[in-house]
Amino acid sequence: MTQKQILPSGHPRIDCLEMKGIVKRFPGVLANDHVNFDVNAFEVHALLGENGAGKSTLMKQLYGLYHPDEGQIIFDNEPRLIHSPKDAINLGIGMIHQHFMLVDSLTVAENVALGLPSSRGVLTDLERVTKRICELAEVYGLEVEPDAYIWQLSVGQQQKVEIIKALYRGAALLILDEPTAVLTPQEVDDFFVTLTQMAKEGHALIFISHKLHEVMAFTNRVTVLRDGKNIGTVNTADTSKNLLAEMMVGRPMNFVRNYKTIECGQARLKIKNISALSDRGTPALKNVSLEVCAGEVLGLAGVSGNGQPELAQVIAGLRPSTSGTIVVDDDDISGASPMQVIDKGVAYIPEKRNEDGLIKEFSVSENLIMRDLDQKIYSTRTFLNMSNIEKRSAELVTTFNVKTPSVDTPIKNLSGGNAQKVILAREISRQPRVLIAAQPTRGVDIGATEYIHERIIEQREAGTATLLISEDLDEIFALADRIAVIFHGEIMGVVDRKDATFQSIGLMMAGETVHQE
Amino acid sequence: MLILLGANPLVAYSALLEGAFGSVNAVADTIVKATPLLLVGIGICIAFRAGVINIGGEGQMVLGGLSSIALGLAFPDAPGIIMIPIALFVGFIAGGLWGGLAGYLKARFNVNEILSTIMLNVIAVQLMNLLLRGPLIQQNQKGAAAIPQTARLSAAFDLPRLVPTRLHLGALIAVLLAVGVYFFLWRTTIGYRIRAVGLNASAARYAGIKVKKYIVLSLMLSGAFSGLAGAIQVYGVNHFMITDGSAASFTGSAGFNGIVAALFGQLHPIGTIPASFLFGALLVGANKLQRMVQVPAALITALNGLVVVFVVSSEIWRRKNARRRAIRELEEKMTDATEEKSPQPEGGG
Repeated sequence: MTQKQILPSGHPRIDCLEMKGIVKRFPGVLANDHVNFDVNAFEVHALLGENGAGKSTLMKQLYGLYHPDEGQIIFDNEPRLIHSPKDAINLGIGMIHQHFMLVDSLTVAENVALGLPSSRGVLTDLERVTKRICELAEVYGLEVEPDAYIWQLSVGQQQKVEIIKALYRGAALLILDEPTAVLTPQEVDDFFVTLTQMAKEGHALIFISHKLHEVMAFTNRVTVLRDGKNIGTVNTADTSKNLLAEMMVGRPMNFVRNYKTIECGQARLKIKNISALSDRGTPALKNVSLEVCAGEVLGLAGVSGNGQPELAQVIAGLRPSTSGTIVVDDDDISGASPMQVIDKGVAYIPEKRNEDGLIKEFSVSENLIMRDLDQKIYSTRTFLNMSNIEKRSAELVTTFNVKTPSVDTPIKNLSGGNAQKVILAREISRQPRVLIAAQPTRGVDIGATEYIHERIIEQREAGTATLLISEDLDEIFALADRIAVIFHGEIMGVVDRKDATFQSIGLMMAGETVHQE
Repeated sequence: MLILLGANPLVAYSALLEGAFGSVNAVADTIVKATPLLLVGIGICIAFRAGVINIGGEGQMVLGGLSSIALGLAFPDAPGIIMIPIALFVGFIAGGLWGGLAGYLKARFNVNEILSTIMLNVIAVQLMNLLLRGPLIQQNQKGAAAIPQTARLSAAFDLPRLVPTRLHLGALIAVLLAVGVYFFLWRTTIGYRIRAVGLNASAARYAGIKVKKYIVLSLMLSGAFSGLAGAIQVYGVNHFMITDGSAASFTGSAGFNGIVAALFGQLHPIGTIPASFLFGALLVGANKLQRMVQVPAALITALNGLVVVFVVSSEIWRRKNARRRAIRELEEKMTDATEEKSPQPEGGG
């Protein structure tokens, strides 16, 4: 055995990791079907695929959370069995989860030391840890303050802490599970600099994603999984966004969307000086004013937690406003009950689909009638018209392409994308005047996302005023005619899509006011 | 347990069965015992479906009994065909108001309904003691030795017997109402909203449902069925009221056992019918058991508890398996369809 190279973090390098013929079965599902995958030192290797394509399953086997039914995992030509995450960590594998595993009320150093034996027995050895963190931070260009509390840090900084944590534990190979989902564009750029630096130092990086432009921007190779199979591994330089998308979905995709500038005299939805409190009683919205015209999609961009759900709830009548008015055409709906808002033709796709938008134990048809119970077609206001409900739900399920065994299946048995289509069917089939769509494609696979986007565009063509609230800039840029940015409950500005760039919107999302000419 | 008490279990169980089903009278008694359990139980179904827990069946029964008997005693000469439905309705309303009070406290002041219904039980009992010692007391009960009981209701008000046993019309009413409540919960907009509130209050609010209103309504309805159980107990079985200072002397703890029956029936009104019958049988059989093998009838209470534990745990086991099976079938269906994606057990990709 040759002597292994040592990384700047002081741990041995993994030159080559291979996963050969990995098969993983779950009852009724072949999650990984003879998948071959390999990653080398100095490389960023993207693992691309829709939700349910088997990416997580594959990586969980590498991290010891699942065990392959068939196949081998080979480290530098030596087959290894990984029984648990502990084994994986000992072999030099680190994993950064999408949701950070950090304790808010502890400092960076305490979080890094958490769960590791101390050199001083029962006493903590935070000085040592702190020193080591500083060393690592310097080598890899990760600026973190070891004494800062996690809650004081931005999401981007917290991610750096996660990386340090993994490096501290000796990670030579890092698995990054959709790491950019929570970052602003600037933070993403910063993050890529870090990753590039790590690859340069000899680490092997596996980057799980479904964002094509990120994959194109900074990875060396791409492996695409679909339905549990490896569709292909290609050099990033030899491929294109469209080719990758086609591999992912299995058919050609259409990315280019047209947007338009609308001249509208009087806006359909007028939000004027709305202020509101969060659940904790702190100000969540400060004098928000927005106008959405009929036949227009206004995208509301912003990093999570800047007042987006509160705004949607105020419009839907679910949260009281402390000041301001909301008008739909000529109907003032400020202070109206949720029912009155529905009656005024405002459809609402809530952000928390499973908590607010659906009753998981109810069947597909029971969920479809949820907000229209008193409509003539569904009931006499007292008695439900079961045959009409059955007929209409079957229609909607077909029209909206919801994949479900029957309309009586409980929603909890449906996938996220199909559950979202049920909401979409319910809200859009009402032919609304205004559509509030909050994170309509979060956690939804690419096929369903494309479908939902098409439907939103269709609504725009039909003259609905749509407020699209999204943390996904790709989505905003794909659909919106104008883009507004919210930061700390305030609107930083509204720009036409044609004048907007990722950079300018990103700056506004980070709180910079852009002065419009 | 039976062996510990020195009895032959086989003899004991056959005694239990014989006591419950051994003769026409035994079956009739079983049904009579089951009737209040069923009425309370279907009320419990409504409350639990709305996500509120009504422990106030005892108090609501007492209120139903008191109000209906007060009416019957006040108009002893009224014709039975008029008095019976009115009295039962009054019992229904009184129980409903008593339950609705807990609902109002919850909606208005966010008072936990478990606490308030229990407290209302205590108040109801004291109200019963007060009324039976005072305004409602039988005329010839005087002085210190007075027994706190009412006069017997006019025989014209006795609920009609279904067959020449103790079996009365109340049982039929209860079964019909159980079917009615099933229809109510699954075929009306009000029932739909009650279930929506119980399963996911925040989604219900999003759907435009006034959550608090439906919480009050469901506790009201729940109380109303217990109140009706009390009224039927008075008009169908006891024909007078007497108190020893506890609610159980009047209700036979049906206000609590009805909860068990409802849970046993999976909080489904139709399922509650056989569940109530089973518990009625256990209660009646217990007496026979006591006579035959000299074990205390209190044992049956313990036995009840054991049955519940076994059935509930086996139920959980069964449901787990069923769920696993359902998921597998679903997955197979999804994978069969060639174009469709296969769902992943771990959820994400």
